[in-house]
Amino acid sequence: MRRLALKSKDVRIGVFVCHCGSNIAGYLDCKAVADYASTLPGVVYSTTNLYTCSESGIAEIKRAITEKKLTRVVVASCSPRTHEPLFKSACKEAGLNPYLFEMVNIRDQCSWVHMNSRDEATEKAKNLVRMGVAKAWFLEPQEDFEMPIEARVAVIGGGVAGLSAAESLADMGVSVVLIEKSPHLGGLTLKLNSLAPHLHNPDDLVNPLIERVEHHPRIKVYKESSIKKIEGYVGNYRIELDVKDQGVIQEAVSAVVVAVGAKPYIPQGLYGYDGERVITQFELEQRLKSKGVGDAKNVVMIQCVGARSQAEGEKSYCSRICCATAVKNALILKERFPDIKVSILYRDIQTYGSDFEAMLWKARSMGVRFYVYDPSDPPKVADNAVLVRSKIFSDDVLELPADIVVLSTPLVASDEAPVIANLMRIPTDANNFFLEAHVKLRPLDFATDGVFLCGSCRFPCTSEEARIQGMGAAARVGALLAKGKVISSALVAEVDSSTCCGCQGCLRICPYGAITYDESRHVCQVNPILCKGCGACTAACPSQSVQLKGFRPSQLLPQVRAAMESLREMFVSCEL
Amino acid sequence: MDVGRHPKIELLAYSEVERVDGTVGAFDVTIRKKARYVDESKCTGCGACAEKCPTRVPDPYNEGLGERKAIYRYFAQGIPSTYTIDPDACRHLAGLRAEKEGADKSKIKKCGVCAKICQAKAIDYSQQDQIIHRQVEAIVLAVGYEVLKPEGITEYGYGRVPNVLTAIEFERLLSASGPTAGHLYRPADFVGKKKMPEHLPHAKRLAFIQCVGSRDGRRSIHCSGFCCMHSIKEAIIAKEHDSELEAWIFGMDIRAVGKGFEEYRLKAEQIGVKFVRSRVAEITKGPNGLPIVWYEDTRARRVYSREFDIVVLASACLPPKDAPLLAEKFGIELDSFGFIKTRPFAPFDTTREGIFVCGCARGPADIPESVAQASSAAARVAQVVLQEARKVAMQ
Repeated sequence: MRRLALKSKDVRIGVFVCHCGSNIAGYLDCKAVADYASTLPGVVYSTTNLYTCSESGIAEIKRAITEKKLTRVVVASCSPRTHEPLFKSACKEAGLNPYLFEMVNIRDQCSWVHMNSRDEATEKAKNLVRMGVAKAWFLEPQEDFEMPIEARVAVIGGGVAGLSAAESLADMGVSVVLIEKSPHLGGLTLKLNSLAPHLHNPDDLVNPLIERVEHHPRIKVYKESSIKKIEGYVGNYRIELDVKDQGVIQEAVSAVVVAVGAKPYIPQGLYGYDGERVITQFELEQRLKSKGVGDAKNVVMIQCVGARSQAEGEKSYCSRICCATAVKNALILKERFPDIKVSILYRDIQTYGSDFEAMLWKARSMGVRFYVYDPSDPPKVADNAVLVRSKIFSDDVLELPADIVVLSTPLVASDEAPVIANLMRIPTDANNFFLEAHVKLRPLDFATDGVFLCGSCRFPCTSEEARIQGMGAAARVGALLAKGKVISSALVAEVDSSTCCGCQGCLRICPYGAITYDESRHVCQVNPILCKGCGACTAACPSQSVQLKGFRPSQLLPQVRAAMESLREMFVSCEL
Repeated sequence: MDVGRHPKIELLAYSEVERVDGTVGAFDVTIRKKARYVDESKCTGCGACAEKCPTRVPDPYNEGLGERKAIYRYFAQGIPSTYTIDPDACRHLAGLRAEKEGADKSKIKKCGVCAKICQAKAIDYSQQDQIIHRQVEAIVLAVGYEVLKPEGITEYGYGRVPNVLTAIEFERLLSASGPTAGHLYRPADFVGKKKMPEHLPHAKRLAFIQCVGSRDGRRSIHCSGFCCMHSIKEAIIAKEHDSELEAWIFGMDIRAVGKGFEEYRLKAEQIGVKFVRSRVAEITKGPNGLPIVWYEDTRARRVYSREFDIVVLASACLPPKDAPLLAEKFGIELDSFGFIKTRPFAPFDTTREGIFVCGCARGPADIPESVAQASSAAARVAQVVLQEARKVAMQ
């Protein structure tokens, strides 16, 4: 604590100890903690609140900042995850730089976990408060970064997801650049014969959407184009495109929506796949759309081909849509050719939701036969039949005549996915599907600000789900752009170029691509907009040249020292 | 928290829409703001009132497995954190009502403890329902769904055979903030007891029954979509509590169709959760007072019975409560299953222009789907509202 004396006259700390109703006060002595805090160096005010986050608690913080001329505020309460923004804004409203605020968690990390030991919990809370106060001494005022952003977005992929995102954004007043690699918009959906569950013709639904997108005054469509380069960060992305007949084109946008879709898995070497008699569900779809199935009398479909499998080269996941697709095509076959026999060999029939399940019941009532098979004893495709041990009626092998065998294969990540992932430094999972920021609560965002995802490049989905996600991603982008500016936290890493030796250890470890190497000066530098303040670089740096604001060694070490004080007491008493 | 703090969001909790007039771009919504008997602007959410309130009632948040007071907050971290008096349970409000009706004064019992204890002077027994109006350009219905109460499925013995629970009840039993603080006790051992008995045995054998009230021709044929996953999750969490515990999942198809779901199902299998392809015929009360599950294993083509400590029913996701009434109020149509009707490729548009729907109110959906749908509904609203604004600007 010797170093404290250096700036003690500037440091006037206020400590607010929250009861959180009975969540904290029920299990430890808040009054004792506040009294203890008042004895700590620099603390000029300390009190308890029933709820520091309530209106009266916030008013008390503001009043104390003015009346007691506080230069630091410490709140000992719950989790910074939920309440730090509130307390920081209270400081700001009272004229104190919000980065001169420190939060101590005496609920989740103290009262809740020590419910049966009041005295020890009280001591621990004191220790935690002492650590918070020690750090508060060395906090520095910071300013958030603000940058204006333009309402201009790139959508990569012109399938249903990308089209829906583009249209929604353009209708919100945003300029959109839609980038499609093929000569046609509409993606995989437009190649289908009909859409489950209501057997709509995809042309009827997708063509009007394409029409609206192509004629929208705020959408610029690039077909037959490939992305050469994407650089930048939220508010400032630069994309280099190679467009057929137009050459290299540069586009500048504020955000990017990734909607590159997926493609059907080709089951080479599985179940005698030959593209003639043994075809994929996708190929059946094309036949139904064009020439039909000839005079086939018996069709056997096998589900989970190359999916839900641990075998080399096959996919471990369930592709979500293939069961509904099989049932849909079985229905269509039965409707067109009432005499045809259709059998579906499956493991679990995945017709989730209301309309898909209704389709399954209809198929059953129309005489489509369902045989469950065990993946350890899969069906065998013979010359004119499929052999399956279904165990429904007996353990015997059934021989089902088969003029056409249809294999339901999963949707797999498109070839573009790893390329885009690499160009933009965005993550994918083991199956090359893009990885969202949070699987439940942020399904359409990437962890990187300004990049969003939707459709089957996230995970196989129906065209309706692709449309839902496309519109959803548009709303996420819209919420970002509506503010007209990006504000990013001041708590980012910064490099001291006078001591940086240019080893680039930080550059390699940064998960957000926020660090670049300056060739001319041989030092690394941090882009404060891209940096998320995770601190990984600070741990990698051998010379402490990169430091995270608000978590500098000069701020953390006093906190550690304060923690050690109680340990020292403990050790001393042990020795006695 | 974000919603509660957002400067552009006005939160009207404990309120119901009475009627909707007007058209897209100019709706007039009549809202009944129900009396809380607590002044929202004064209540700090300290909870002193609930601590002292003498009236205990079964806690709906804990599915009746625990108790709450007559003055309550639905759950600890709820937004807003304001307390509410349950007018049906509160003695003081009952007393005031009796007084008004001219009952014998000597027989009227009043309480008033909460008003005495409240430092913020927030208790207001005279509060009345308020009718308020809001002018809005578009409406999003996110009214959720109703979980089937399985009493009507008599063969499963819910409410009759001890320790047969719904999944949501079991969820509360597993929760650290639930009635047993996360200990997996058998409900019949403690529910209805004045005090939580000590040294209760932990449940060691769990059965999860899928498709209770769904995929059932006698009731609704729809698949509730998310129940396979919540049963798998609950089985895994229970096994994390106690790795020796047995967990059996009885279902027809296990529908693990989302991202990472099949991998999750595999994980369950690897840690010893048993999946039985079956349809459960009946659940009876065994000689030990515990539930016995009778089922046909359709792979073995044999009927078995087995005793469990707790049976969890994955009961169906039904259309929102009072959906027909809701449809009438909002002037919209329902689909053949009773969920709010939408159109393909306009998946959020109800049959009335300017009114949108997202989440389970339009059909079963899991969390990521609901979240994605909510964003999409917002995009759809922005499209419509901005178009309306442009129309006005052009006039």
